Amino acid sequence: MERPALPCDEMYTADGHVRPHYAVYADWLTRQADDTLRRKRAEADSLFHRVGITFAVYGEQDGNERLIPFDIVPRILSAEEWRRLADGLRQRVRALNAFIGDIYHGQEILAAGLLTPEQVFCNPQYRPEMQGMDVPGGIYAHIAGIDVVRAGAGEFYVLEDNLRVPSGVSYMLEDRKMMMRLFPELFSLNRVAPVEHYPDRLLENLASVAPAGVADPTVVVLTPGAHNSAYFEHAFLAQQMGVELVEGQDLIVRDGFVYMRTTQGPRRVDVIYRRIDDDFVDPLVFRPDSVLGVPGLMAAYRAGRVTVANALGTGIADDKSIYPYVPEMIRFYLGEAPLLENVPTRILRRKDDLAYTLAHLDELVVKEVHGSGGYGMLVGPAASEAELEDFRLRILAAPEKYIAQPTLALSTCPTFVEQGVAPRHIDLRPFVLSGREVTIVPGGLTRVALRAGSLVVNSSQGGGTKDTWVLES
Amino acid sequence: MLSRTADHVYWLGRYAERAEEIARTLDVQYRLSLLPHERSSDSVGWAIVLRTLGLEAAYAGRHERLEPHRVLDFLAFDADNPSSILSCLRAARENARAVRGAISSEMWETFNSTWLEARAQAPSRFTALNVAEFVDWVKYRAHLARGVVLASMLRDEGYHFMQIGTFLERTDSVARLLLIRIACEAAASENGAVAHDYYPWSVLLRGLSAFESFRRVSRDSVRPQRVMEFVILHRDVPRSIYRSANLVYENLQAVANAQSGETERRAGLLHAELRFGTMATLAPRGDERFLRDLLARTADLSDRIGRDFLGHVA
Repeated sequence: MERPALPCDEMYTADGHVRPHYAVYADWLTRQADDTLRRKRAEADSLFHRVGITFAVYGEQDGNERLIPFDIVPRILSAEEWRRLADGLRQRVRALNAFIGDIYHGQEILAAGLLTPEQVFCNPQYRPEMQGMDVPGGIYAHIAGIDVVRAGAGEFYVLEDNLRVPSGVSYMLEDRKMMMRLFPELFSLNRVAPVEHYPDRLLENLASVAPAGVADPTVVVLTPGAHNSAYFEHAFLAQQMGVELVEGQDLIVRDGFVYMRTTQGPRRVDVIYRRIDDDFVDPLVFRPDSVLGVPGLMAAYRAGRVTVANALGTGIADDKSIYPYVPEMIRFYLGEAPLLENVPTRILRRKDDLAYTLAHLDELVVKEVHGSGGYGMLVGPAASEAELEDFRLRILAAPEKYIAQPTLALSTCPTFVEQGVAPRHIDLRPFVLSGREVTIVPGGLTRVALRAGSLVVNSSQGGGTKDTWVLES
Repeated sequence: MLSRTADHVYWLGRYAERAEEIARTLDVQYRLSLLPHERSSDSVGWAIVLRTLGLEAAYAGRHERLEPHRVLDFLAFDADNPSSILSCLRAARENARAVRGAISSEMWETFNSTWLEARAQAPSRFTALNVAEFVDWVKYRAHLARGVVLASMLRDEGYHFMQIGTFLERTDSVARLLLIRIACEAAASENGAVAHDYYPWSVLLRGLSAFESFRRVSRDSVRPQRVMEFVILHRDVPRSIYRSANLVYENLQAVANAQSGETERRAGLLHAELRFGTMATLAPRGDERFLRDLLARTADLSDRIGRDFLGHVA
């Protein structure tokens, strides 16, 4: 086994001792032969194929559904680590929801001068259609996926807030199912907090934001269809919640209400958990060429006759150009000190930040403010001269499109790779549900960069996933 | 239930059944081609199969000459032939995938792994030795799928639509299998070949998994009219046309809606004719004419179900 590398490792302390909450697992792991682990991993692959837990890759012919690599070494958080993290996440999501509500109503944050009007109104994620509209419970981001990393001595940093259509929760659930099937003995050795009730919580949460006066709301999941990369997750969640999985063509708006076409005629729909982007939701209001959406949906939504989750226009709060201001939002809306830290971020529309960044390009991570999925990103220390030069020109052409952050020494976690068990960089995406209350299922989706030294964990860029354990004691 | 979901489940039923029926048809014809007295008309038999399945033009577009091993390959593995076994298994899987949230996980896994295994077999193609093996595999997977549906699927509308699809497809396929037999008999008598009835008709019965049942029920020798009547009208034979029409009608009643009255009436009429008719009353102008009418009636029911329930536009 390779020795744990610097910086911080989830399983080992800097001087090579196993951390207490990993003790039981580490002891078990030393007793497993590499061949056994290899066999278990092959078994996991064939099970995932049979169950069809796959994602489609854009630009490839149909039928090319790929597996997201699953790693059989779990990522473990102690009860105490989780408690601190969960408190911080709840706080952050409350502030983000308050911010979105403020932007689409009184805009006090602009009056207070924390953000300029230009930063909000010139942002393509700002949706004027939402201005002045009330949403049930004042909740906009009903489902939030907050990307968290650990760096330095192990402190948590929020890397990104995903408030539009965050995905990955099905992998959290399927990874757990797989671990329990492959290694049942581990779950009698450790007290791992269960996550299987997530769909229940999600359904409760969605029903709790139904339009006022609807007693027994009909919830549906709206998917772009079977060719979407996250289709498995859409179908999975609809099935687990026992609700219909609809496409745009299945919904119609009539007399101001939304209906789905059923074999027994039209049936009212009250809450739409939509997994399509804002731009495609309603061709009458947004992109007119969208065939994924529902003509008239926005009007029904504005009239309060249907709830859309997440609300439209949440992108204004998870845009990378707004991200640097989240700690300020927490102070402003909640009057509390932020429990979780942001990654120190340089905003390249500021002259001194720009100058610093250009001088230290080979040390920094530069991100496009509107990019996602690990695309449009420069990892300075890993980039070639040509790539650095290319990015320098791009930044100079439009500095306001970029932010820069220090290259974080993301924590590593032992991972089963070709050579055996070796440290690989990881992150964590917990899923925060907001409705009548704010809840989080313990853990989340741990993504792992499978290439040695790589910091990119996105599944579209060759990342894998791990089961995430929160120990109950 | 969503109309689109019902549509996918209906076609899941049809394609899964069609894969099995094509395998059975292929099995029957392949076994016949091994019989000495039919051997001379080998390619004639395969031409009749292609014609009766409506695949003559598609085959001609792919191959210049009619050669038995090419026909086998065309019917079993040709991905460009939408009615090949492989294409049907793929279509069944794609329909299941489109509604994987609305059917049981076990069902989805069964149709998915059937397709994955079929695709893995396809490159090896046929040798004369493994036709029976492949047909057995398709039948085995079909039996497995039926069991999984029986044991795990909620008896909601989706179940009924899947049954309707399955049994409409079976009605159609069994009628075509009989039409193939009739055409082969006619071709043989033109050639002046003197065939013993036992062989071709017993092969047909075996292809329908009904040979032993025929023996036990009819206590008679294998004669064409007896087999024809048995396959069309017998109430207790799982693959008889009567039984399929009966199940179409029953499942249709379970999903009836405000606009489906006329469709129900037509399905009920077909069921009643088969229930109370005899071959003499049903087929006064001959078996072939009767079977051709039956194909038209199942096509009509399929169209009407599409319009009444599945959101198809007339």
